[in-house]
Amino acid sequence: MSAPADATVAPWTTARAAEVERIGDRLVRLRLELEESFTYTPGQHCVLRLRAEDGYTAQRSYSIASDPADPLLELMVECLPGGEVSGHLHDEARVGDAFELRGPIGGWFTWTGDVRAVCLTGGTGVVPVVSMLRYARRVGATDRLRVCAVGRTRPELPYADELLASGALVALTRENLGERVAAPPYPSEMEPLVAGVERAYVCGSVGFASYAVRLLGEVGVPADAIRVEQFGATG
Amino acid sequence: MPVTRGFTGKRRPERPERLPPGQYDTGTDWPTLTAEATPDIAPDEWTITVDGLVERPHTWTWRQAHALPGSTYFGDIHCVTSWSKLDTTFGGVSVDELLAIARPTADAAYVLAHSSTGYSTNLPLADVTGGKAWLAWEYDGRPLPVEHGGPVRLLVPHLYFWKSAKWISRLELLAEDQPGFWEQNGYHDRGDPWLEQRYQGDP
Repeated sequence: MSAPADATVAPWTTARAAEVERIGDRLVRLRLELEESFTYTPGQHCVLRLRAEDGYTAQRSYSIASDPADPLLELMVECLPGGEVSGHLHDEARVGDAFELRGPIGGWFTWTGDVRAVCLTGGTGVVPVVSMLRYARRVGATDRLRVCAVGRTRPELPYADELLASGALVALTRENLGERVAAPPYPSEMEPLVAGVERAYVCGSVGFASYAVRLLGEVGVPADAIRVEQFGATG
Repeated sequence: MPVTRGFTGKRRPERPERLPPGQYDTGTDWPTLTAEATPDIAPDEWTITVDGLVERPHTWTWRQAHALPGSTYFGDIHCVTSWSKLDTTFGGVSVDELLAIARPTADAAYVLAHSSTGYSTNLPLADVTGGKAWLAWEYDGRPLPVEHGGPVRLLVPHLYFWKSAKWISRLELLAEDQPGFWEQNGYHDRGDPWLEQRYQGDP
């Protein structure tokens, strides 16, 4: 396992909401303007901190969805039941609001176009891969990045339209998509995506990640070629 | 520091003195965060090796490690992603027991903890001696689940939890500090939650 030598995380900066878009019941897309911007790599995440009048703070980690060349930093946040930060962002946040933000974090789950890669994501696990896809489009490296995004329904899967337009395999498990009957991705669907790849990225819940690693193993991706980012709670 | 309009905060901690700065109480949840595919390690195949700057490099099997005097940790754990879990109980063996047999040399000042997955994390030797670190194979009286590092993980609860390497396989004693996996990827070399040493460059 190798890693970049320079892995310094910038200090906290102020982030102002330039755009706030609520998508369905559970998702909110934030586009943030940073007072002190920083350079990041597709796949990295950041920490968002909310501060109450009395100084109480709460902070959570979120993957970055934007291309590093985007002047705004984009997050797609899933509202979790009782979520202290995600609940506020979904219910309360509006344009002009100020947050504190720190990043970039993580030098492992990153892709810079240097290797042929496949991404297998579940739900909001697609967010860091959207950053990779946008970067790939800008630098002309889309032939080196293949994506399978798994979601329950089209409205629940973040960036579903953008993913479909980019040629990603979108596997919906709870509704049909065109001629594709609702189902998790089949090995036969994954085989063309994994052919010739040197690395695989898996991002999703703990349950999804374990499923995805098994599926990749079934279609011949060695375990040491798989980089995993997982989130969520277990009981 | 900017105030976020309309934010009051829901989960005001009941025991704020137990939470290091920037942490929240995750309650009964136990989130997981790993960088690699979760390995499938049978206890019969698991071994732990202590080597590097020691007088007697040694490898213990599952059965041999369980024959050492057992030890329990009861207390809190803190993850750099900002959750803390209070009043956890882990069972296993103190790292002191292994080091008493392997005997670090006078030059040994750091430990690089290795996992069978290739993950590694670095710690000052002083942070894993004197009853501060364990090899844990039980959580809450039951076998440690694989997603939490079972069959055996390192447990260094006074530091951020990425230092508590899952699927531990080797403790390598070194004279000089050598950054491990997350440390090369931006995380702090020591990781004291009470000093908020989260990332490289933090105090």
